[in-house]
Amino acid sequence: MPYAAAVDVGSTQTKAVVIDEARRLVGRALIDTGANVVQAAEQAFAIALEDAHLLEASVDLVVGTGYGRYRVTFGNFQVTEISCHARGAVHMFPATRTVVDMGGQDTKAIRVGPTGDIADFCMNDKCAAGTGRFLGAASAALEIPLEELGPTALRAERPVPITTTCTVFAESEVLSWLSRGRKIEDILLGVHQSIVSRAMGLIRRVGIEREVTFTGGVTRNVGMVQALNDALGFEVNVSADSHYMGAIGGALFAMDRILGHYRASPQS
Amino acid sequence: MTYTAGIDVGSTYTKAIVLDQYDRIVGRAMARTGFRLGEAAQRVYDEALAEAGLAATDVGYLISTGYGRFQVAFRDLQVTDLTSAARGAAFFFPKTRTVLDIGGQTMKATRIDEARKVKAFRLNDKCAAGTGAFLEKTARYMGFGTEEIGPLAATSHQAVPISGVCAVFAESEVINHLSQGAAPADIMQGAIASLGDRSVQLLKRVQMEPEVTLVGGILRFESMADLVRDRLPTPPNVLSSDIVQYVAAIGCAVLGRQRLRARAEGAAPAAPPTRASAATGEIVSVDPDCGHCVGEDTGEKGEGRREKGEVMSEE
Repeated sequence: MPYAAAVDVGSTQTKAVVIDEARRLVGRALIDTGANVVQAAEQAFAIALEDAHLLEASVDLVVGTGYGRYRVTFGNFQVTEISCHARGAVHMFPATRTVVDMGGQDTKAIRVGPTGDIADFCMNDKCAAGTGRFLGAASAALEIPLEELGPTALRAERPVPITTTCTVFAESEVLSWLSRGRKIEDILLGVHQSIVSRAMGLIRRVGIEREVTFTGGVTRNVGMVQALNDALGFEVNVSADSHYMGAIGGALFAMDRILGHYRASPQS
Repeated sequence: MTYTAGIDVGSTYTKAIVLDQYDRIVGRAMARTGFRLGEAAQRVYDEALAEAGLAATDVGYLISTGYGRFQVAFRDLQVTDLTSAARGAAFFFPKTRTVLDIGGQTMKATRIDEARKVKAFRLNDKCAAGTGAFLEKTARYMGFGTEEIGPLAATSHQAVPISGVCAVFAESEVINHLSQGAAPADIMQGAIASLGDRSVQLLKRVQMEPEVTLVGGILRFESMADLVRDRLPTPPNVLSSDIVQYVAAIGCAVLGRQRLRARAEGAAPAAPPTRASAATGEIVSVDPDCGHCVGEDTGEKGEGRREKGEVMSEE
């Protein structure tokens, strides 16, 4: 029975998944990328194999994706994260027309055609505003663990307006609201809304077409999902595995190749 | 009542200056601004007065400036950062026609006329990559504090190119350079060079005219002044001592002196501040050629903090 895998080396976290012939997810791994990218890729792959109760030899092809895709030394081929997120999103939510991928250092909006092909995309790669990075800054500034940011924000009643664009300045703005005695939940909702409003700029540029599927590490944050729903005026698709979407898409491309469907395997 | 004072509540540091009737500095003080702007202003003012051996009642006129200028409750008047920096620069270098002011969270280029009135200005206050915060972040990623930036960069032999597109993304750039064996001094110098490039771009946009005077806290790092000097057609004026951080506060105190004189001569009563010359300026909050920021959705809101286009008419 053939298995395919992919390792998605992101700026902040490295994700690995293994899928079987029926394209079911049988193993997954999530670790911090850290400074040694090559090692992170190896480690994530090993954990995903263990999770799937498989040996490396059982996996026929491995795809590398994400910003560190060329550091996946054992990868058979590489696919850009844009292709992978689109592929994964369409696989999981077939009616997807727009993909919003929010990661640790970049946010991408991707418009996909009816067949899952990429029609347009837009990303911020030169400015940290509108990325998950701001959540990390807020978490540090307010001394609240990253995973509690979303639930805390959902308790807000009167969100504060975060007016600065730059993540660096916004960090001090967060502290200044705190020193003015505003509630942490109100500040946090303001932070979430501010990130979403930057991201909306990107999404509008590619055009909002339903359904919208939300992918990437920030999908684990319920506050961000809610803020995105509010800004769009409808609900985005999100699943517990949305965080792995890039790796899932990569593994799907690998499985295509294993099964002889070369059609949709864009190389980068 | 023969003394005047200026307080510059900047985004990072608050500075206070007390001048005597001959415009000599008799007291000065500086402290981190923090988040309680009014308290910071009061604290540094008290310190400057103490240094001068004066009481608040000895000061006849006090003008505040900087982003926290409205939080200085005991002020007689407030002026914009542009006005105070221009006044301060022209106080030291009377032929100044263009002022470059690089602070912790803003970079400003201002062109002024013979009467020291602001004719054109451009600001960068939305992106940390164009301000002192970029240097501070770069230093911090390498484990250095703000005051170590100058000495560190001074030991650089060969600047490492730093792209300077985003102060947040600079972290990975710095880590990459460090892991490839680059010296922290050379990385620091690279960050300063990137800021130097940005400042020259800003100067070009206000159509700089000589003499150009460099002011603001970042100029206390000598290599910053050197880098800007190398990139300008005519050598700029730079104050060599740490007084460069106080230029805006001094500009306020000098303006205060003029107000006092006008009052004493019974000349036209001090006109209330107006926004008369707003049309001469343009705030470039995000570098128009940059376009990297994703800020377009709410980009305009941020300007509230800076009182868009507000330029004081003086005298």
